[in-house]
Amino acid sequence: MSKRKAYYASKLKRATHLLFYKKHKKPGVKGWELHKALGPDYPKVLKLLDDYVKTLDLQVKTVFEEDRPMEKPTTGQLDKARFLITLRGEITPKEAKMIGWRVDDLAGLAIAITYIISKKGKAPRKEVEDLLRDKLPGWKVGLNVDRYIRYGYLTQDENEQLYLDWRTRAEVDQNALVDLILSHEKT
Amino acid sequence: MQSKKEHEHLGREKLQRIINTCKSVEDRSLDPFLVDIKGNINTVKEYFPEWKIPEDLCLDAETVHHFASVTRLQSEWVKHRSTNLYTDPFLLEDKIRRMEKIDIVKTFAKIWRPTIELEQISLRSMTEALEYWDSLLPMKERWKENALGENQTGTATREELINQRILRDIAFSEELETFWHELKKTTAEKGENGKIHYWNFVGAETYSETVQRAFMTSFLITYGYATLEIHPLEEEIFIVPNQELAPRTANKQLVSIPIAVSAEDWQKWKKGELQ
Repeated sequence: MSKRKAYYASKLKRATHLLFYKKHKKPGVKGWELHKALGPDYPKVLKLLDDYVKTLDLQVKTVFEEDRPMEKPTTGQLDKARFLITLRGEITPKEAKMIGWRVDDLAGLAIAITYIISKKGKAPRKEVEDLLRDKLPGWKVGLNVDRYIRYGYLTQDENEQLYLDWRTRAEVDQNALVDLILSHEKT
Repeated sequence: MQSKKEHEHLGREKLQRIINTCKSVEDRSLDPFLVDIKGNINTVKEYFPEWKIPEDLCLDAETVHHFASVTRLQSEWVKHRSTNLYTDPFLLEDKIRRMEKIDIVKTFAKIWRPTIELEQISLRSMTEALEYWDSLLPMKERWKENALGENQTGTATREELINQRILRDIAFSEELETFWHELKKTTAEKGENGKIHYWNFVGAETYSETVQRAFMTSFLITYGYATLEIHPLEEEIFIVPNQELAPRTANKQLVSIPIAVSAEDWQKWKKGELQ
C-alpha cells in the first residue's frame, strides 16, 4: 500500500469512529472537531467515506448552520456545520417500525413537519396539536410533540411556536415531502 | 373641538393598537401584508410632535420597531412565495387531513433518511468500569459497614409518647366530637339556614391551622357528623352539621369530593376575596 493510501485509510477509520458512535447528546460531529481530529483535508476524507458507505446504502450528510444546503461552502461554514451518517435510500414503513417508530408516531411527525413547512417554518404548537388530534388519540398528541422536540425534529420557543430543528434538516428533504403529499392521489 | 389631552390619549391608543396588530402578525405567522405600513406610518408621524414625556417616546419607538419586524416578515414572505417550497397552507392542510395514516407514513418514508448512530462501550469506558469494579467493596463487607447497632429495649411512659407526638393527649374520637360541637355552634352563630360556608368554618388565623381544620372537617363529613352542600354553578361549598350522628348506610354510594385548600385561597379568604 502506498504511503498516501495508508494515510487516507487510517483517516477513514478515524472518521468512521467519530461519525458512527454517538459522543454527545446529539449524534454526529461538528466540522471543527473533524478538523482537529483529521486535519485540514477532512472534507476529502469525508468524501472518500461517503463513496465507501454508498455500497451500504448510507451517506455522509452535512447540515449547515445556515439552514440550507450550499454549493461551495467556505472552510468556516464547513467547520460550523454538523456531519452525520444517514440512510441513503428509502426505508419501508415496516423497517421504520423496526427502528422504534410506531406508524402513528411517524405519521404524526410527517404531519407536524409538513404543516410547519407550509407555515413558512413556524407554527403555533396549538395549531399543530389540533391537526394531530384529527388522527391521533388526544392523550398522545402532547406527548408526541414533546418527543419530536426531544429527538431534535422540532424546537419550541417561549411563545409555544414550533420550528423545524436540526434533525429535520438532516433527515428530511422538505421540498420532496411537500411535493409528494400534494401529488398524492387516493387509491 | 378635541382637547390636547384627549388628542394625546387617542394617539397612545392608536399606537398601542398598531403594536398589537404587528405582534399578532409576528406571533401567529399571519400574512404580514395585513398590516398597512404606509397608513400606520402616517399615524405615527401625525402624533410624533405631541410626544414630550419619555414613556410616549418609548411607545413611538416601539411602534417603529414593530414596523421594522413586519417589513422584514413581508420581505421573507415574498421570498418564500417565490421559492418552490411555497405551498398554499390550506391546500396542504386539506391534503394531510384527507390522507390515511399509512399513506402519510409511506410518503414520509420515501424522503426520510434517518440518522445512523451507535451507542457502544469504548475501550476507555471499559477501563474506567474495570477500575470502578476493582475499587468496589464486596456486598458482605458493605453490609458490615452499614450494620445497624443493636437496639436496646426499654419502657416509655404515656407522657413521653405524647411529648414525642406518637400518642395524642385526647383520643381522636373525642377531638372529633368537640370539633362537631364547634361546627354546630359556629353554624348557629355565623351560618344561614343551618349551613355555613366551607371557608368561613375551615379558615383560621394561620395556614397550618386552616389545613388542620380542613383535615378534621373531612372526617366530620366521612363519619356522618355533617354533610356537604355543593353549588357547582356558583362554585360554593357549604357544610351542614347534622344534629344527630347520621348512620352510614351500606347501600348508599359514598362519593369522594376533593377540595383544594391552597395557601393562595387561604390568603384570598383572609382578605375577604373568597366567599
